[in-house]
Amino acid sequence: MFGWLVWRDLVLAWRRRSDVLATVFFFIIVTSLFPLGIGPEPETLRTIAPGVVWVAALLASMLSLGRMFGNDFQDGTLEQLLLTPQPAFLVVLAKILAHWLVSELPLVVIAPLLGLQFGLSENTLVIVVVSLLLGTPVLSVIGSIGAALTLGLRAANVLVALLVLPLYIPVLIFGSGAVQASVTGTGTQAWLLLLGATLTISLVFAPWATSAALRISVE
Amino acid sequence: MLMPVLSDLMLEANDLTCVRGTRRLFRGLSFMIQPGELIELRGPNGSGKTSLLRILCGLATPAAGQVLWNGLNIRDLKDEYFGDVAYLGHQNAVKDELTAVENLRIASAVSGRPLSQTEARDVLAKVGLTQQQNLPARALSAGQRRRLAMTRLLTSKAALWILDEVLTSLDDTAINLSREFITAHLSSGGMAIVATHQDLNLTAPSVRRLLLS
Repeated sequence: MFGWLVWRDLVLAWRRRSDVLATVFFFIIVTSLFPLGIGPEPETLRTIAPGVVWVAALLASMLSLGRMFGNDFQDGTLEQLLLTPQPAFLVVLAKILAHWLVSELPLVVIAPLLGLQFGLSENTLVIVVVSLLLGTPVLSVIGSIGAALTLGLRAANVLVALLVLPLYIPVLIFGSGAVQASVTGTGTQAWLLLLGATLTISLVFAPWATSAALRISVE
Repeated sequence: MLMPVLSDLMLEANDLTCVRGTRRLFRGLSFMIQPGELIELRGPNGSGKTSLLRILCGLATPAAGQVLWNGLNIRDLKDEYFGDVAYLGHQNAVKDELTAVENLRIASAVSGRPLSQTEARDVLAKVGLTQQQNLPARALSAGQRRRLAMTRLLTSKAALWILDEVLTSLDDTAINLSREFITAHLSSGGMAIVATHQDLNLTAPSVRRLLLS
C-alpha cells in the first residue's frame, strides 16, 4: 500500500508538473536575487550564503505544503485513505515521502549550483547538500502537521506559515549553522548531528499528530 | 485468518445525536442492521443524512451516542472496522489526472487488495467503462465518474456498504446496474445503508426506511 501511494503521488506530480516546478523556480529566483541585490563583494556573499540558501529552501517548502493533502481533500480521496484498514500514520508517511521527493529533493539537487553564485568552496557545497538532505525532510514532516490542520480553511497558506514557522526555526538555525561553520572553518559535525536528531524526533511524533489532524479536518 | 460467522455481523447505532453548527440534526437515533438487510435513508436536503452516514462509517464523531460493530465501539476498533466498511460519499474520490484503470488499481491497492491490469479491466467492464478505461478521469462525464467510484465497492470485501446518493448523475442503465450490485451484495450476506432521494425498488430480505426530518 505504501509503495502504491507514493507511486500514485509521484505520477500525479509528474502529470501536474507546473505546480512542482513553481517551487523550484521560487527557490532559484530568491537565491539568485540576493547576489544581484547585495553586490559582488565575495566576503559578503560568503557570509550571507548559508542564511539565504536555507531561508529560500524554507520558504519554498512552506509554499508547497498546501499541496500535500489539499488536492486529495478536495476530490474526496483523502477520506478514502483514512477509511482503509491500514494505520493512518503509514498513509501520512507515504504522503510525506512523496511530497519530499517531489517538492524538496529538487531543491537539494539544485542548491549546490546556486551555492556557486555565492562563491562557496567545494567542501561547503557538500555541507549545503548534506544539511538540506537532513533538514528538508524535517520541513516536510513538521509541515505535514500544519498542512493537515489547515485543510479546507480560507487563507490556509497564511495559517500554515503561522503554525509551522516556530517549529521551522530550529531547523533553519541548525541547517544554516552547519553551512556557516563550513564557511568559517569550524566544526560542522555538531550542527549536522542536531539536524539528524531533529529529524528523528519529528519522525517519531509528527505522523501521529498529522493523522489526528487529518481526522479532524475530514470530519 | 478468522472469518466472522455471517450471523455475528451487526451494526448498531445507539442513541446518536448529531449537531452541525448550532443546529441539532437528529437526537437519540438508534437502529440495528444485520446481514442481508438494507436501510434506505430518506429525508429532505439538510436533514442530516450525510452526517449520519459519516458518523456510521467513522469519519465523523457524533455529539452523543455510539456506533457498535459486532458489539464493539467503532472508536475502539478503528482500523479494524474500516476493513469491513465501504463508503461511497458525495465525492467520487477519483483523481482527475489518473486514467480509469489507474484510479481503480490504486484504490484497491491502497485498501490492501491490489488488482492486476486484467482484473481491473474486468471490473471496469462490469460497470460499462471499457471504452473509457485509458482516459484520464477528467475526461469522463459525471455519470461515468460515479460508475468509476462504484468500482471501489465491487472490489471491496467489506460486509457493510454505506452509500450516499449513489444514484446521483446516473442514467437508467447505470441505475439498474447499481440496483443489481446492491442486491447481489445483500444476497451474499452483506448489509447496506443507502441515502437516496429515489426509490431503490430492491428485492431484498429486509428493506427498511429511515426518515430523517
